[in-house]
Formats: sequence, C-alpha cells, structure tokens
Amino acid sequence: MRPRTSPLLAGWAWLVYAFLYLPMLVLIVFSFNDSRFGATWEGFTTRWYGVLFARSDVREALTNTLLVAVSSTLISTVLGTLVGFALWRYTLRWRTPLTFLLVMPIVIPDVVMGVMLLMFYALVRGGLERAGWTFENGFWTVMFAHVTFQISYVTLTVRSRLAGYGQDLMEAAADLGANTFQAFRQVILPLALPGVLSGALLAFTLSLDDFVVTYFTSGSGFRTLPVLIYTSVKRGVTPDINALSTLLIVFTAAVIVAGSLLLRPRRGRA
Amino acid sequence: MNPRRFFSTLGPGVLWLAAFLIVPSLIMLGYSLLTRTDLAQVGPPWTLENWQRVFGYDALFREWVPDNLRVLWRSLVIAGLSTLLCVVMGYPLAFYIARQEDRRKQMLLLLLVIPFWINFLIRVYAWILILRPFGLYPSTAATFLGMVYALLPFFVLPVYASVEKVDWRLLEAAQDLGASPARAFLAGVVPQTLPGLIAGVLLTFIPALGMFVVSDILGGAKTALIGNLIQNQFGQAGDWPYGSALSFLLMGVVLLGLWLYARAAGQKGLEELL
Repeated sequence: MRPRTSPLLAGWAWLVYAFLYLPMLVLIVFSFNDSRFGATWEGFTTRWYGVLFARSDVREALTNTLLVAVSSTLISTVLGTLVGFALWRYTLRWRTPLTFLLVMPIVIPDVVMGVMLLMFYALVRGGLERAGWTFENGFWTVMFAHVTFQISYVTLTVRSRLAGYGQDLMEAAADLGANTFQAFRQVILPLALPGVLSGALLAFTLSLDDFVVTYFTSGSGFRTLPVLIYTSVKRGVTPDINALSTLLIVFTAAVIVAGSLLLRPRRGRA
Repeated sequence: MNPRRFFSTLGPGVLWLAAFLIVPSLIMLGYSLLTRTDLAQVGPPWTLENWQRVFGYDALFREWVPDNLRVLWRSLVIAGLSTLLCVVMGYPLAFYIARQEDRRKQMLLLLLVIPFWINFLIRVYAWILILRPFGLYPSTAATFLGMVYALLPFFVLPVYASVEKVDWRLLEAAQDLGASPARAFLAGVVPQTLPGLIAGVLLTFIPALGMFVVSDILGGAKTALIGNLIQNQFGQAGDWPYGSALSFLLMGVVLLGLWLYARAAGQKGLEELL
C-alpha cells in the first residue's frame, strides 16, 4: 500500500513541472509571433515557418544531422553490443581498467572530448597530408567522434539487459550443439534485443542532441542543426529559429510518446 | 581471453575507444608541453610554461596571478550550487513520482523525460525569450537557471530509481519506536536513497563543471567558467597548448572525483555508475 502524498509535496512537484515546460511553451508561442524581435506579442502568424522552409542551409544541416546520427548509431550499436555481451559472458582480467575506459566518455566533460578530438584529427590530417592525402574535417570526423561517445551507452543498456540471465544459457546452447557464434546469434541476441534497441535509440538521440563535440570536430563547411542553432543564437535571435525549435520540440515529444506507447509493458489480464 | 575471442567481441569496441580516447588524451598531454608558434600552430621547444600558467604563474610579470584558479574555483562553486538547487527541486519530486499509482507514475516519468530528450541548445536558448523582458539576460543568475534547468532530469532519474526501491516499513518501524516523522524520515528513508542521491549528484555536478554553452549563451561575458576558458583557447585565442593544459586540469578534477567515488563504492559502484 502506498501512503498518500501531502498536498505540499504535490504542489512542489507541479511547480517543478511548470519550470520544465514553461520555456518550451514560450518558444512555441513566440514562433507564431508576428514580430521581428519577438519581445512583445504582435499578432498571430505562420510566416516564420515559411521563412524557415525557404532556407537551404537549414535543409542541409538537417540532412547532415540525420546522416551522422544514422551511421554513427549503426556502428556504435554493433560495437557496443559486442562489448556488452563480452562483459556479461567472460570473466575479464582487466575488468577495472576496462570499466574505467567505458566510463570515460560518459564522465569526461564534452568540451574536453571535443578539443581532444580536434587536436587528434589535426595531427592525423598533418600526417596524411605529408603522405600525399588530403582530408577536411566534416562528415567522417564528426561521425567517428559520435561513435566514440555512443559506444559506452549502448554497452551499458545491453549489459543491464543481460544482467539477469545466467551463463547456463550458453551452456544449454552448447549442449544442443551450438558454437559460441550460433549461441550469440540465436539465443543471446534475441534476448538482448530490447536492450540493443533502447541502446541504439539512446545513441541516436545523443547524436541528434550533441553540439559541443560536433562543434569542435566539424570544421567550417559541415554544420548540423545544433551547430546551426548555436551560430544563429550567437548572431542574435531570429524568429525562424523559434519556428525550427518548435518543430524539433514537437517532433521529439511525438517520438517519445509514440515510443513509450509501443514499448509499454503489456499487463497480464488474467 | 584468447585473441580470437577478443577480436570477435570486446576487441573492436575497446580498440575504437583506445584510438579515439586514449591516443587523443596522450596527444593532448603532448600539446600541453609544446609551445604555440602561430595561431593554432604548435611546435618545439618543449616547455612547462602552459602548466605554470594554469596554476597562475605569469611568465610576463614573473609573479603569481591565480586568475585561472579563480575561474576553476568559480566553476566549482557554480556547479556545486547548481547541483544543490537540483537536489532541492528534484529530491522531493522523486518522492512524489514514486508514490503515485502505476499509470500516473508512468505519465509523470514521461513528462520528466521529454525535456531531457529535447535538444539541449533549444532548451537553453528558450530562456533568453523569458529572461530578456525582465532584464535578466545576460546574467549570472541566468546561467544558474539554465544549468539547473538543463541538468534537473539527470538528477531526478537516478534518485527516483532508488526512491522506488525504498522499504517503507523502516519508516513505520522508526515511528513505532517513537521517532518524530522528520527524524523517522531522516533515519529510515534517506539512507536508503543514498546510492541514487550520490549518482544523481555526480551526474549533475560533472557536466555542470565542464559546461560552456549555458554560460556562453545565457551568462554573457560576465561568468567565464573553466569550460569557456578552454573553448576560447581553441577558438579566438588559438592557443592550443595552453588550452590543452587547462583541459587536463578539468579532466584531472573530474577523474579524481571519480576515482574517489570508485574507492568508496568499489568495482560494483563504478559499474553501477554506467
């Protein structure tokens, strides 16, 4: 039985929720404001959405964002799933340093990770140029950087999904004649699948959301949506950025609500 | 672990992280010991000067000017206070959510998670619209607000997970033994939520420490934090060696905190942080 909560606690909770949602509501309202500078309400308009759709740099940034997110998620999901599996399956001698390595991308401040990779790429570029190759920071540098912080998150969700299962699964599969690969493919992977999928979803969202690491690794010619928003905000807010933000808020919220409805655990009825 | 096993499971991921984390850290260490030759260019001679500058030794005037340490201190204070505000706002919230019936609980959690997934820059930027009419943008107060706003879900989720597991019988037992409600709560419930509280504090404090976007967008030039200082060295100032040394200082502080935590909580605690 759950004890009732006091009205004071409830009031506090609703205040916190109001705090969480107020800025987004304001943003949505102002995206329909017929004023160039947006401080006061001057009537309803949808023209900022028209302005937004006419911008080719926004379309390009959107494409870049999605390309990076999809490809980095694919790579990190494969790598992270395998690491998660190994953590569950094997007794590892270097477990503590390994855990540290996996915790690093999560705890290192993203500004440090960004500048670290910036210098790394600069050095690699220098080396390649001396060998007669050229490359610019852009899609590949950003994508590889994203994989680097995504791996840990995928590993963690896969590992926690497998945590409840015993090694007897592998032994049973072996008794039935499966080798390790077959056991992984036909027994472990189906069991781990919800973990793999939620890890991939997390990785995908982290990629969409990332600004700092992208900012440092993208060079000058390659922009994702967060980088575009940042440069716009630095130059002075324009109402079409409110429209862009509104679309992203609505889209994100819709995806999460749909996802939670789909993934909701079915309750046993009898 | 034999090589075949290694390369078919752990290997690719571990090698990736080694290539993109360990190697760059070492490169950064190397850069921090070099000299800036031109804008964003580095080269010999090898020197400790960047590190001396980090710790406040001014090469030009040959005296100790601990401006950087002040920035680091300010970053620690702002991160600490933001975390404290998150605790004040989020700890009761976790209890409120945990004590609802299932359907309502799911809905409240969903409402908590949605802002968490919405692009960080958008959430920070939205505050400009609210604060500007009140003349609060840009300001240090705005930086605080933005930090707490951005980090609150990171704090509430782990705390909620441990509140959810609380054994409430301890509260009743304490009250049966004559403890006042407040004392019963402090002695019977709070200790049970400690793992979540620690995880929440770490997950809030560490990002707050390195953050430069919030102070950059909401704080104006008034609140330079260590993150802004680093960003500037890799942007306008173009002083990579000095920026590297500053980055190492920040990373050192974070890893030291993590190491202390791992010592206190053990291997299992470290893994739980994942």
